Order: sequence, then C-alpha cells, then structure tokens
Amino acid sequence: MPKLTIDGREIEVEDGLTVLQACEQIGIEIPRFCYHERLSIAGNCRMCLVEMERAPKPVASCAMPVGEGMVIRTNTPAVQKMRKGVMEFLLINHPLDCPICDQGGECDLQDQAFSYGTDRSRYSENKRAVEDKTFGPLIKAVMTRCIHCTRCIRFSSEIAGVPELGTTGRGEHIEVGTYIEKALTSELSGNMIDLCPVGALTSAPYAYTARPWELKKTESIDAMDAVGSNIRVDARGPEVMRVLPRLNEDVNEEWISDKTRFACDGLMRQRLDTPYVRRDGKLRPAGWDQAFAAIAEKLAGVDGSKVAAIAGDQACAESMTALKDLMTALGSPNIDCRQNGAKLDPSVRAGYLFNTTIAGIEDADACLMIGSNPRREAPVINARIRKRYLMGGFKVGVIGEAVDLSYAFDPLGAGAETLAQIADGSHAFAKVLENAEHPMLILGQGALMRSDGGAILRTARAVAEKFGMIRDDWNGFNVLHTAAARAGGLDLGFTPGPKGRDVAGILDAAAAGDMDVVYLLGADEIDTRKLDKAFVIYQGHHGDNGAHAADVILPGAAYTEKNATYVNTEGRVQQANMAVFPPGDAREDWTILRALSSVAGHQLPFDNLAQVRQRMAAINSVFDGGDGLESVTWGDFGGKGDLQPGGFASAVENFYMTDPISRASETMANCTESLLTKSHGKTGTDG
Amino acid sequence: MLKDTDRIFQNIYGLKDTSLAGARGIGDWDGTAELIAKGRQWIVDEIKSSGLRGRGGAGFGTGMKWSFMPKETGGRPVFLVINADEGEPGTCKDREILRNEPHKLVEGALLASVGIGAGACYVYVRGEFFREAEALQRAIDEAYEAGLIGKNACGSGYDLEMYVQLGAGAYICGEESALLQSLEGKKGQPRLKPPFPANVGLYGCPTTVNNVESIAVAPTILRRSAKWFASIGRENNTGTKLFCISGHVNTPCTVEESMSIPLKELIETHAGGVIGGWDNLQAVIPGGSSVPMITKAMCDTAIMDFDGLRELGSGLGTAAVIVMDKSTDVVRAIARLSRFYKHESCGQCTPCREGTGWMWRMMERMADGNMSIDEIDLLEDVSRQIEGHTICALGDAAAWPVQGLIRHFRPEIERRITERQGSAAGEAA
Repeated sequence: MPKLTIDGREIEVEDGLTVLQACEQIGIEIPRFCYHERLSIAGNCRMCLVEMERAPKPVASCAMPVGEGMVIRTNTPAVQKMRKGVMEFLLINHPLDCPICDQGGECDLQDQAFSYGTDRSRYSENKRAVEDKTFGPLIKAVMTRCIHCTRCIRFSSEIAGVPELGTTGRGEHIEVGTYIEKALTSELSGNMIDLCPVGALTSAPYAYTARPWELKKTESIDAMDAVGSNIRVDARGPEVMRVLPRLNEDVNEEWISDKTRFACDGLMRQRLDTPYVRRDGKLRPAGWDQAFAAIAEKLAGVDGSKVAAIAGDQACAESMTALKDLMTALGSPNIDCRQNGAKLDPSVRAGYLFNTTIAGIEDADACLMIGSNPRREAPVINARIRKRYLMGGFKVGVIGEAVDLSYAFDPLGAGAETLAQIADGSHAFAKVLENAEHPMLILGQGALMRSDGGAILRTARAVAEKFGMIRDDWNGFNVLHTAAARAGGLDLGFTPGPKGRDVAGILDAAAAGDMDVVYLLGADEIDTRKLDKAFVIYQGHHGDNGAHAADVILPGAAYTEKNATYVNTEGRVQQANMAVFPPGDAREDWTILRALSSVAGHQLPFDNLAQVRQRMAAINSVFDGGDGLESVTWGDFGGKGDLQPGGFASAVENFYMTDPISRASETMANCTESLLTKSHGKTGTDG
Repeated sequence: MLKDTDRIFQNIYGLKDTSLAGARGIGDWDGTAELIAKGRQWIVDEIKSSGLRGRGGAGFGTGMKWSFMPKETGGRPVFLVINADEGEPGTCKDREILRNEPHKLVEGALLASVGIGAGACYVYVRGEFFREAEALQRAIDEAYEAGLIGKNACGSGYDLEMYVQLGAGAYICGEESALLQSLEGKKGQPRLKPPFPANVGLYGCPTTVNNVESIAVAPTILRRSAKWFASIGRENNTGTKLFCISGHVNTPCTVEESMSIPLKELIETHAGGVIGGWDNLQAVIPGGSSVPMITKAMCDTAIMDFDGLRELGSGLGTAAVIVMDKSTDVVRAIARLSRFYKHESCGQCTPCREGTGWMWRMMERMADGNMSIDEIDLLEDVSRQIEGHTICALGDAAAWPVQGLIRHFRPEIERRITERQGSAAGEAA
C-alpha cells in the first residue's frame, strides 16, 4: 500500500493503481479522453498530465503507476496551462459543427472545452478535413471529428475480440479506420458509440432524430436475450428513441449487444394497437369487449384439457402468472413456456440456470461449451468469457459448430458422441476438466432443443458432477438461455401440469383437431401452420407469426411499455420499467388477462401490480423482492432415453433477428442484409 | 586533436579492406574470447567506468543502461537491439560504421550481449540503408562462418544469434520503443514508459536498445581499458566521438574526434573551415536537427560535448554539426525542419500530432514575413505547449529548433515582418 501526496493530501492507496485512479479516490477529477477503465492504457491524449515531484517532465496520470512517496500536483497554474494547451490542440482541427453533431449535449470534448477551452481561437490556418468512412449500418462515422483517442480501436481488439479497427497514416494524417472499407462485424460494435468521446462515431439509426436533453430517461431491463442487460430507455413522447447501457458489474458491466441497442426502431413498426377478431376468414379491428366476448363464447363449454397456452420469449413474469392462473381456473394443464422445445427440467432450479453467474465466469479456469454459440446467443456473456480468456490460464472446449467466438478454443467434436466421451472420461478434454480448479460448462439451447435434449441434460449433469463442478463453493453447471422469458417461466412453473401437454404436444394435438383453444402469449417462434384447426388467441405486441394465425388478437405491451419482471439466465430477478405507454388500445399484459378472466367467468384475484407480484412470490419465493440469486440446491434432473447421433447447432441462426421486435426493426434488417447475406462479391477495392 | 593511435574507427572511410580479414588487420576480434571470459559484471563495470555515454543523442550512460538489465528474468529471453535507424537530419555516422566497420558492430554486439545476458541481437537498420544492411549482413555471415558468433561464439561457450531487420522509412522508428513496436511488426509508435525496455521490451522481454556507435566502440574500450577511454575528452564527457559536419563548410565529412573539442577547431581542422571564412558563419545546429541552433558568437567558444552544449542551451545530440553561413535563410531552414517533424510525427499524442503541423504552417508564413509580430510569441507558446507534453521526445525535437530560432534570430524575423508589411502598405498606397 504505497503512500503518496496529491495536492498536499496524503493518501494510501492500493498497489498497482495509477495516479489518475488514486486522484479519483479522493475526489479529484482528472480530465481525460483516451483513458477508459475497461480498456488498456494508451496515454496518448495527454489531457491528464499532472506534475510529479522529481520528474523532469509532466507525467500522464492515466499511465503512471503510484509509487511510495510520490508527490503529485494537479491544481497548479502549470497543470492548468498544460490542459488548456492540449485542449487547444484538440480543437484546432476539430470542426465547429456542434449544432449539427449528434454528440452535442453529451460530448466529452464539448464538456471539457467549458473548463479548459478558450473563448477565441488562435489558430488561423485551414482546418484539416478527413473523408468519412462507412462502418456499416449501425455506426455513423464523421472522421473529421475524430480526436484519435483510439478507444474504439482498443474496444474492438480487446473487448469485442474482433480486431477490425486500427490507425493508418502518420502525424496529422493519421486516421482511424478498417484499412479496407468494410462494415464492423462485432455484435457489440454499438458500444464504440458510447466510448467515442466526440461525435466521430454516432448511432446511425438515431442520427438527427433527437437531442439528449429532450429525452425522458427510464432505467430498465433488456428483453432481447436472456442476459438481462441493464439498460436506459430514452424516449420522446410515445417513441423509444434509443437504448443505452446502464452500469451493472454483475451482468453487463457497461456493454450491451447491438440487438439490445438498435432493435428499438422495431417498437414503432408492425404494432398491434387495437384488438382484432377474425370474421369471415379475415382479421378485423374490434373493440376490447368484442374481442373478449368472442373468446368467452369460444371458451364456454370447452373442456379444460382442450385448452392450451404457450408463453413466448419476451413474456414477462406478471403476464405468465396471470395466464397460468387463468389456465388453472379453466382446468387446463396444457401450458408451456419452452417455446423452442428445450427439454429443460423445471423441477430443479439449478438445472436450468446459469449457476456460475456471469461475473463468476471470471473465476473459472476451464469451460466446456455444449451446443452453444454465446457470441450469437448472448454477446455480452461472450465478452465476459473473452475477458476471462485474456486473463490467461483458461481452456475452452466446444462441442458443436467450430465458429469464431472471438477467443481460442479446442473444437472437441460435433455432437452427442463427444459429450458421451467426455462423460465417460475417454476424451482428452476430460483431463483438462479434471485438472481444473473451477471448471464450468455451458449448455446451450441448441443441444436441449433436440429430441434427445433430456438425455443431453442428464449427461451434462453427469459431467458436472463427475468433474467437480458441483461443490459448496462453486457451481459450474450453466444453462445459457436465449429468451428473456424462459427462466422466469420455469420459476413460475409455466410448464405442463399433470397429464398436460408440452409445446410439441399442444401443436400436434391442435393439428389433429384435439385442441380447441390455444392461447399464445407472444409466442411467435412456433410452427403456426399446425394451429389451423384450433381457435387461436394471440396476445402480443407485434403483427408477427402468431398474430397471423390468430382468431382473436389482444394487443399487449412490449418490454419498454410495462412494469414487468424478467429473470435472466442466471436466475437474477430484475424489473423493467415503463418508458412509454403501449400504442393505441394496447394494454399492459397482466391487465388484459385480468380483464379477460372476469369476462370468461374466472376472475383472477388481483387488481393491481403489487397484488400480481405477491401472487408471483407465493408461487416462487425468488420473486419476493430479492435479486433471485440465492443459493440453489442441486438435485436429480434430466430426461431419460439415449443420446442421438448428429451435431449440435446453435439455437440462434441470425443474431440480428430473433424475436418480433428485432424482426420488425429496419436497422436489424439492414444488419442482416449487409453483415450476414453474402450476396455481393465486392472486395472493397472495386469501389 | 585526437591522436591517430587513439582512433577507434581506423577504417571509417572504407579505404582498407572491410571484410573479416581486413577487420582483423586493424585489431577487431582480437582476444574477444578472453574479454568474454572476464564475465558479465566486468564488462558492465568497465563500460561504466569508461564514462561512455550513449551515442544516439540522449547521452545516457551506456554502462548504466546495461546494469539495469535484470539478472533474473524468470525464463524470459533477453534481447539486445541495436538501433541503426539513423534518420536524424545531418547525421551520417552509423551509416559509415555499417558500411566500413561492420565487424566492430558485430563484435560489440557479442560483448554487449554478454554484458546484458542477451541470447539474441537484432539490428534494426534504416530502410534506406539497403547497401549498408547488406554490408552488415556480410559481416554477420563472415562472423558466423568463422565461429565468432552463433553457438559457442569465439569458442567462449557463449551463444549469440544475430539478425538484421530493415525498417520501412519512418523517422520515429529510431525512437527506441517505437523501434521495438516496428520490430514486432506493429505500427511504429512510441510506447509509454514505464515500463522501460529493460523490463518489458521486445515481445515483453528484457531488452536493451543501443545506438550503433555505442556498441561499436565497446570492444575497443574493453581491449584498451576504460581508463584509456576516460582519459580522452573531459570528465563526464569522455572518449572519442564521430562528428558529422555538413552544410556550408569546404569539406563536409564524418570524422572521429575526441569529445570536448572546440567547435571552431573541429570545423577548421576537419571540414576545411566555413565557406567564406569563419566570419561568414551565421549559425550552427550542433547536434542534428533536433537541437536548438547556436549563433556565431556562441560558436567561437563552443565545446563539443554534452555538458558544453547544454550550457549554451543546445545539445550534443548525435553530434551532427550543420553549419550555416550568412547566405542561409535561417527562418526558411527551420521551416524546412518543422516540415520534417510534421511529416514524421507518429500522430499518437495530441500535442505533437496537432502542434507540429501548426508550427510548420506558421513557420512557412514566417519565412515570408507573412504574419504579425504577435504571432512570434504565439509560435513560441505553441512550441512550449508541445515540449515535454508527449510520450516520446519527438515533440521536444520539433519544438527546440523553433525555440532556438526565435531565441537567437528574433530581430531578423521582425525585420521580415515589418518589411513585408511596409511593402504591402506601399502597394496599397
């Protein structure tokens, strides 16, 4: 613990800190542009210069490690002059286009120019201009504004693991770019927009749409994947303008995936804003009472066993609770939240959660991935795995597709055969797991969705138990979900009751004409052709797959439009908050079910959100107000049957389009087209 | 004046055979094995007590630098990197060594490697020195063939591998940490210090980076003793040094002389005097383009060593003496240097990236007198905002010539400005 003096105050700080960090600890803010606590130190902006006793020159505080007896001065006239000097240099070639710059109002350069800038320029030469570059459909680059802090370069090569950016040229001709012009392929590229301290990299879809001070900011939770990234939803009037990350060290640090950030334009398209009832084979707008009446009429006299409900990937815990209770009241055991058919076992909580926790990945020293491609399924978790990988001493083995995960791994094999070999210890990677102190495995939906998913779950459990992944101080068994609703649905027991049918059973029964009424709660990723014979009620927010098959449509709220509870893949219970109202006649989902229940003659016993949440807590204590991360008990889970041959494939084919919102998003469509479709043969040199 | 018997580089002009046989004829590779046998510590101590200061410009004690190398490296290899990226305008001493005395460098590399415990030596040669790199490679090949380097070098039991790498034409790659970056195949940009190369250098391993001349003089120092070397020159500025005299002299040359030789004597004895006589002298840049110029009055008494020139507000640098007689447009000369630094700035640090271009543009206008008197102070201020505020010393090197010009030639600058303003006013009338 070195002792040093900063501006006359003596402090003792941890070894290995930098002077800048030590200053921050006692509340002295050092201006900076290139320094960022999650990136490597570049030390090139020179804004953070301070005076150090016995040093011949001022030192860059971001790069100088603290030392015993250092004497640092940050508030002398000389330091002030240095900062003014650096600021002046940054501004001489920076365009004066703040009025038309999207960074305006949240620009580091602008803010610091207030403290260290001068009111008039001493520079009378011509300003430099740099040609703009194309970084793909997400990032708008105005390179004249670039101050060459290299944060974006360091982010892409360090955090994202996709080293596509670098500098070319020298001196004042230096430029940040991709060498050969191409779109950035990282699923985390949007974070560079946040990192960019100036307006060089701004959000392309958000360009010229709003100013930060006109936006209403709502802290919320993302529902585009199962990570539960903490987000801030910025809205103006009824429209979500953009989504930004919020800091949560345990979940997403300060990153979010491009889908989380950019899919929000899908919230304004294809929306269901009024109830619809199918008459004469056509869906026609109707009032709520008409829609409810049509449903009540259909439900009357139907046996409970002929009614079924499927909860989709973005259903909140509140609406699933209401639907589950309604189905119970109707006497139906046919409910399922495992829309993709994953053979998850709801009986043991540890059997369907990411038990290691996301932050816990950093403690692991070996990882076995089974049928999962976290880069596509949960890019933020993938970034955490890469972070662990960069610390060194971390072996990753992958059973499944050998794709680029942004870190090195051993491709162990394609499918179940390899898993069996690891389970019986005959595979070479078994040694790695055996020797690891904190081994973990990640079981993906790609493996669980197969017909032998239950056997795979059982085998994965055996692997976990065999290689010491299940201990009092460590749980290395992890299921990586792809749907925001899944863990919550399993926690609520939104799974078939006694003699109940699961998703496949419901669909097959409907196709055979044995299922009269099917209630889809935002369930779109199923084969709706099988529902032709049944009366389909679709409650959701987008006119997607499920709505097309519906006989009655009840317009619900998207995740930004309701106060809703989501449980992420770790089992973390988090609350999303309403940022905007649902459009038109659409309503918050649990209220729709509550209203329907009274029309249908089975009135649900809650009248407000607090009562719904009490009911949730009564079903499962994880909803009683904590974060749901209490210790889980291990148990006996997994299905019967034999492992089937054949390779595992990831559950997510197209990262940019996984749910109704992202499928409705123009931005995500552009990404799909420019990043995933290989239709044009351009090499980058042919103009 | 240096006695011929004290000359280290006896074949610097390439008048004799430059091959191994020729090098042996002038004493190279004589008893190298015995020098190695005296051990690592002895070599470092001997170089330390010789007072040899780095010949690349900064003048840091070579023996001191070697002594910083860790004895315990935890299994990491240790590297010696020789900086032959001689790009400083006016400097052409390493070029001569590579051409005509490459064996001094190869032998020095072996002894220095023993001194720091290095198993491999990389020579980073300026890209434009293609023929020189060939000459060096020839010498290395000869040395390998004769068993002087490689496994069991000189029969001493010490192993040293030696490699030549050509640069690609960036001045900044002569800065030691940018050189290491370039050597690793990355963009040549200086690294932050600390950590210093002695701990984290090439590929993260302990590395010493030395100038060609510092390494090439080491064998002779070890053979002839530190005492001999220290007896030349004056305290703290010992030994002999290659001076490169260029510009307005009758016979420009590179010559080995003793340190602390008076500038006037150096120019008159070896360079045939200033064109038009000593009184025609206007100014001298005594240490390569990076140091401030000194005026004729200062030249009369200047002592050519680190301390002597520092007292005059300049520096010895690479000892490249650029002589400018009265026909020189000093402002335009410095403007040209500013353009050089603007062109060679790596673009990493803000002050240097933005400031060198700004200074150059002002210097160009200044050369035409196309500015106001106030702007002279602005230029000075800008140079102060660059100086000392950057990762490497290129910022300083860009600032000093401008500062030197303003310090010594302000009346000339003001004359130009008023003259132009006067003529402009005349035209307007």
